Amino acid sequence: MNIENVIETKNLNTYFGDHHILKDLNTQIPRNAVTALIGPSGCGKSTFLRTLNRMNDLIPIFRKEGDILLDGKDIYSKKTDIVELRKRVGMVFQKANPFPKSIYDNVAYGLRIHGETDENKIDKIVEKSLKAAALWDEIEDKIHESALGLSGGQQQRLCIARTIAVSPEIILMDEPCSALDPISTTKIEDLIHKLKDKYTIIIVTHNMQQATRVSKYTSFFLNGEIIENNKTSKLFVDPENKKTEDYITGRFG
Amino acid sequence: MDKNKIQEKIMEKTLLIIALLSILAIVLIIGFIFLEGFPAIQEIGFFQFMLGMDWSPKKDIFGVFPMIIGTLLTTIIALIIAIPLSIGCAIFLTEYAPENMKKILKPTIQSLAGIPSVIYGFVGLVLLVPFLRSTFGGTGFNVLGASIILAIMILPTIISISEDALLAIPKSFTEASYGLGATKWQTIYKILLPAALPGLITAIILGMGRAIGETMAVIMIAGNVVEIPGSIFEPVRTLTANIAIEMGYAINLHYNALFATGIILLIIIMILLVIANYIEHKKKLSVGGGEL
Repeated sequence: MNIENVIETKNLNTYFGDHHILKDLNTQIPRNAVTALIGPSGCGKSTFLRTLNRMNDLIPIFRKEGDILLDGKDIYSKKTDIVELRKRVGMVFQKANPFPKSIYDNVAYGLRIHGETDENKIDKIVEKSLKAAALWDEIEDKIHESALGLSGGQQQRLCIARTIAVSPEIILMDEPCSALDPISTTKIEDLIHKLKDKYTIIIVTHNMQQATRVSKYTSFFLNGEIIENNKTSKLFVDPENKKTEDYITGRFG
Repeated sequence: MDKNKIQEKIMEKTLLIIALLSILAIVLIIGFIFLEGFPAIQEIGFFQFMLGMDWSPKKDIFGVFPMIIGTLLTTIIALIIAIPLSIGCAIFLTEYAPENMKKILKPTIQSLAGIPSVIYGFVGLVLLVPFLRSTFGGTGFNVLGASIILAIMILPTIISISEDALLAIPKSFTEASYGLGATKWQTIYKILLPAALPGLITAIILGMGRAIGETMAVIMIAGNVVEIPGSIFEPVRTLTANIAIEMGYAINLHYNALFATGIILLIIIMILLVIANYIEHKKKLSVGGGEL
């Protein structure tokens, strides 16, 4: 087991039907840090992200080869408890998707499905999660109102609170700010900074400024392959690969 | 005015007339039934007619209360049988069934809706009535048999509308649930069904409407005795059956009393529709904050 890296892939190939999406991916994700995945649309970033919590299993034509190791254990092995996996590897989606329930019930949902029945404990965790997601102060007096009444940015922070509530180790974020205005985006980025010491965060983003602002490491994807894995500070200033340089300077993509 | 504008006007007015025609049809139906039925209610007395326990046309005694109970009882039992079956089936179709199986199941279920009700009556007569007779005694013509046939008849209605309601729920809700580590059943039970509830209630209302109105199949297996059944193993007559059975030979007050039975039927359907719509509206507000 590698202490430094929480996730490791070995010769990972994925397919949707006949489409070969990820090609022989060998990469590592460092623990308790923010890793940004960048690259042009259709390069496989989101597919990679959704392979890490087996979200692609919901798509019948999805197929994968190779291994993905989480703390050294293959998450696609038959012994893997998929419920436990998704609890450990939480996910925030591109478009905020709160349930059509109250704010409180949105956060409590994850706890309840995992068998928590102690209402006092649920109360405490809901409050803690909403505070951790920097949402508590704005909605403290209306946590029993519908979550659909919140603004887009608030909804996305609620989704982060909901994810935090089940205490994951890893949080996957699939372009979490793409539908948000600059102010809401700043709030989410501040939040990522607050969370990065406790969680491993993997964020897909199309916004390269965002990658430089929030991440410590960056992986550049192109056509299903990782062209360059590097420290963010290095990758954006002095990339090792010519293709990376072309992409970040806006020559294609 | 140029040509396009004239064409636009003509189309608009034509469609308006078509829309008004369907309203006119409903108004005419209701008006006609009231016109023919109201004299009977006037002569017999509304409460006498509604709450009267006896229906003896020869003695000019007309009370439809046993038939009101009969209609409600068969409908409610049919719903009790049909709701879990059809919603379960809709869940299976949308969430579990593999593509190949869907291709067989869906047309099969839809073809249930195409079978004429008299054929359902035959099947009930040949299969259900003898079975009920040998299992529970009596003649075999009873409430339970009628309800079972009604339940089967309303399955396709409830299934297909429930299916649409479930499919209309955005994938993002179920993805979010799976993403938190929920199992499939937890996701269905706690996210999908509550979100789809208004649509499911609509499905049930339409199924209920069909059950209340169904006549032929019920006549063939319900026994048609004008009495409040003491149990579900006793025969029953519904309002629709009453009209269909006696219309052929009714004259004078008897004739008008059958139309009055139709008035009661319309009133019951309207009350149920209002209640159901109210529940649906309430649920919509509480579930989606009006956004679903």
